[in-house]
Amino acid sequence: MANDRPRLWGASRADNINHRYKYGKRPHGQARDAFPVYMMNERTIAPLTPDLQPRVSSGRIALHIVAGAIALLMLLPLAYLGVRAGSAGAAQVFDMLASERTGRVVLNSLTLVFLVTVASWCIGVPFAWLTVRTDLPMRKLWTVLGALPLVIPSYVGAYSLVAMMGPRGFVQSWLEPLGVERLPSIYGLPGAVWALTLFTYPYLFLSARAGLQNLDPALDEAARSLGYGPWQTFRRVTLPGLRPSLAAGSLLVALYVLSDFGAVSILRFNSFTRAIYLQYLSSFDRTLASVLALVLVVLTILLLISAQRVQGAMREYQRAGVGAARRRQLVRLGAWRWPALLFCLGVVIACLVLPASVVVYWLVRGLAAGESLLPVWTATANSLRAASGAAAVAVVLALPVAYLAVRFPSRYSTWVYRSAYLGNGLPGIVIALSLVFFGANYAPFIYQTLAMLLFAYVVRFLPEAVGTIRSGLLQISPRLEEAARSLGLNRRQTVWRVILPLLRPGIWAGVALVFLSAMKELPATLLLGPTGFTTLATQIWSATGEAFFTRAAAPALILLAVSALSMVFILRQEEITGQ
Amino acid sequence: MMQSDAQLRHPTSEYEMGVRVCAAVKRYGRVGAANGITFELARGELMALLGPSGCGKTTTLRLIAGFERLDAGEIEIGGKPAASAGLHVPPERRRIGMVFQEYALFPHLNVIDNVRFGLHSYTGDRDRRVEKVLEMVGLDGMERRHPHELSGGQQQRVALARALAPEPAVVLLDEPFSNLDAGLRVRVRAEVRSILRQAGATAIFVTHDQEEALSLVDRVAVLIDGVVRQVAAPQQLYRQPADRDVAAFVGDANFLPGTAGGRTVECEVGSLELVSERKGEVEILLRPENISVMPAGADAGARVRAVLFFGHDQLVSIQLPSGRIVDARLGPMYHFAIGQPVQIKASGPVMAYARHV
Repeated sequence: MANDRPRLWGASRADNINHRYKYGKRPHGQARDAFPVYMMNERTIAPLTPDLQPRVSSGRIALHIVAGAIALLMLLPLAYLGVRAGSAGAAQVFDMLASERTGRVVLNSLTLVFLVTVASWCIGVPFAWLTVRTDLPMRKLWTVLGALPLVIPSYVGAYSLVAMMGPRGFVQSWLEPLGVERLPSIYGLPGAVWALTLFTYPYLFLSARAGLQNLDPALDEAARSLGYGPWQTFRRVTLPGLRPSLAAGSLLVALYVLSDFGAVSILRFNSFTRAIYLQYLSSFDRTLASVLALVLVVLTILLLISAQRVQGAMREYQRAGVGAARRRQLVRLGAWRWPALLFCLGVVIACLVLPASVVVYWLVRGLAAGESLLPVWTATANSLRAASGAAAVAVVLALPVAYLAVRFPSRYSTWVYRSAYLGNGLPGIVIALSLVFFGANYAPFIYQTLAMLLFAYVVRFLPEAVGTIRSGLLQISPRLEEAARSLGLNRRQTVWRVILPLLRPGIWAGVALVFLSAMKELPATLLLGPTGFTTLATQIWSATGEAFFTRAAAPALILLAVSALSMVFILRQEEITGQ
Repeated sequence: MMQSDAQLRHPTSEYEMGVRVCAAVKRYGRVGAANGITFELARGELMALLGPSGCGKTTTLRLIAGFERLDAGEIEIGGKPAASAGLHVPPERRRIGMVFQEYALFPHLNVIDNVRFGLHSYTGDRDRRVEKVLEMVGLDGMERRHPHELSGGQQQRVALARALAPEPAVVLLDEPFSNLDAGLRVRVRAEVRSILRQAGATAIFVTHDQEEALSLVDRVAVLIDGVVRQVAAPQQLYRQPADRDVAAFVGDANFLPGTAGGRTVECEVGSLELVSERKGEVEILLRPENISVMPAGADAGARVRAVLFFGHDQLVSIQLPSGRIVDARLGPMYHFAIGQPVQIKASGPVMAYARHV
């Protein structure tokens, strides 16, 4: 059939005639199209036709195979988790699922998700509105500070909370002389909500900001021209327009809360991740842990699917409002500026200033008491070693996956790309647990070695490397590659001499992101690290668990610095890609 | 040369006021976007604000709508003051209808709800009104669709219906056709014009497309550098531009130096009748279609330099003996070769402007 052939080269005389008939009489200005184009076409097409079906090069096949293998490797943990849980037998699995214990864990997790999401709304939405739509002073600074908690590991926040407000924290020790015997317990739900809110509200803050910025200002003006005042316009036009962004932000918050291990384990709240960990520790039969992990996976997948739906809706919203970005009139706060500033300051103090002060306080106390810094250096060296190894491996694996996804779009490459992204959605504890099972049973030679830990890091953080490299590749026009080919370079030479040099910023950004994330990784390090292998993260976690706050202070300070670096890299990345 | 205030007013003195803009000034920092804009239009009149990009026409429209605050001057809509020194009626109380360049349809509402959106304080039967407006723009049957399910032309008509529904004192249209492709544009333009006429609406279009302005409205206001240079009916604007800049912006223009002596002017192409009496050194405006070209012998001083053939007409550039180039617009049946000696003849009456030194 004529329709199956590529339009550009395959247009035959019949096609052209059909085309002309189908579209009827041409408007005035296009009269010259009536010139019999097909005569020209047939002459120019002839020598080009043989190129229509280029021979599939061996390099391309190799790329497909390598990328596919990487994708399979990334799928391995999840697949094995399924096998493991399934081996228990349907009846047993059903019993476990129906048990009161599982129900309580589900209920706990959902309560936590709900409360943290609501609390994040209360902070994130007004914060976003203030920094986008009003004349609040220092909006840029507030934006960066407001987003910063995102990169601070939740267990550092939980540590600072316990070290401040816990039974052995300094607030208690200050208040004791005043007759306060016991502060209300920080452990359990309240502490978990507090800590997680402070470190996840940025997801809502950032999506609400993006939503507010992307909404066409003309929509507001249209409502005003139709007789609505400012407040009614906000309620009837702005808010409905924000709905998809807010939904997306809430889903991200929920996803983060469900996956978080550090904060809930330190604050002893029995949500999924902690229950899985305890189950893994306490019994020899780890089937229950794997069943719980699978339930968690199902929950996260549901969240991910809804997130994708919401993004579809978001595109519809943006379609009607493209182009013509006009300066938006900022709301004048007037005297309201002061309460607004107080609000922003309060959030920043709670999220950044307090944790940092607590860390410094305990560090100084520890140093004064003669605490040795030696374990810190060992832990730092270990963290550096593991994180740099993970960064190198992740980037090497990300290159073929990203290249395949960008240059050879197909159903296959989408599958490869999605598989590589699995680690992004799966909770770290789930990946760690499944690798424990897999390593103990099938790969004892690498189980509890650094290699196994690196593999876990790569599964978790490959998406970050694929993401940065992919956005780098998207900016390299395929025309450049074609130019190189036309100048006589073969595909491999083109990769070495054109693509890789142009991709260098993207590659380094990938290395940096994976490195910084791996520095902060906790659950996989706990479960998979070689015996006696402590990193900064595990040191904070275990010291806090035993209330040795001074021991956790130095590693926490180092990780806070690492977090600040992550932020710098993310901001630079956004500048480069122009988001 | 600017027209005096009296000329900028509407020609007939007995009329119902639609919009009056008087000496409107708007500055952004030090840059003046509107440097004393003055014009009026009557109820039921269609007017275009025409000018090159950056001339302040969109700013003027947004001043009328109330999206921008006036720095000086006055604006009245439907006889009521809308803005002046110390007064700024917010947009929602100005009884305006606005059609945005990108339409700005509410993506979360369907066609009916978009159109009904402005009817919150409408006293009559709202359903009936929505029905009527949708029928007027020819969108009956699409009530339940959402904006993203409509074509560009349909979105345009929803935007128009939404603006017209509350029976505003004036409809403001900001480059309303710039998002439509060329073929569609001509048709939609005619439709919009007849819808506005049918609704008896007062309307101001902002456009940089002179063809659009000339074919669409009763009067055109030409803005250059934040000032209204001329307000006139399309024919008058084209035939008798108030100054050289207006002449150069509206349509193609040849300028030739000449010496005016009362009712006629002497110039390189001969003696021509003047539109109005004048004396002294001037510059005259020759429209390309007022020049005819004839083949001549080799001793003729003028030569064809270039031919741009468009189909329905052609633009022939001719170098005069003085070296000046004039363009002539001719029908498609003539054929001139490059370098061919020709004789040209211009027909008056022509406009004359003070000569730039």
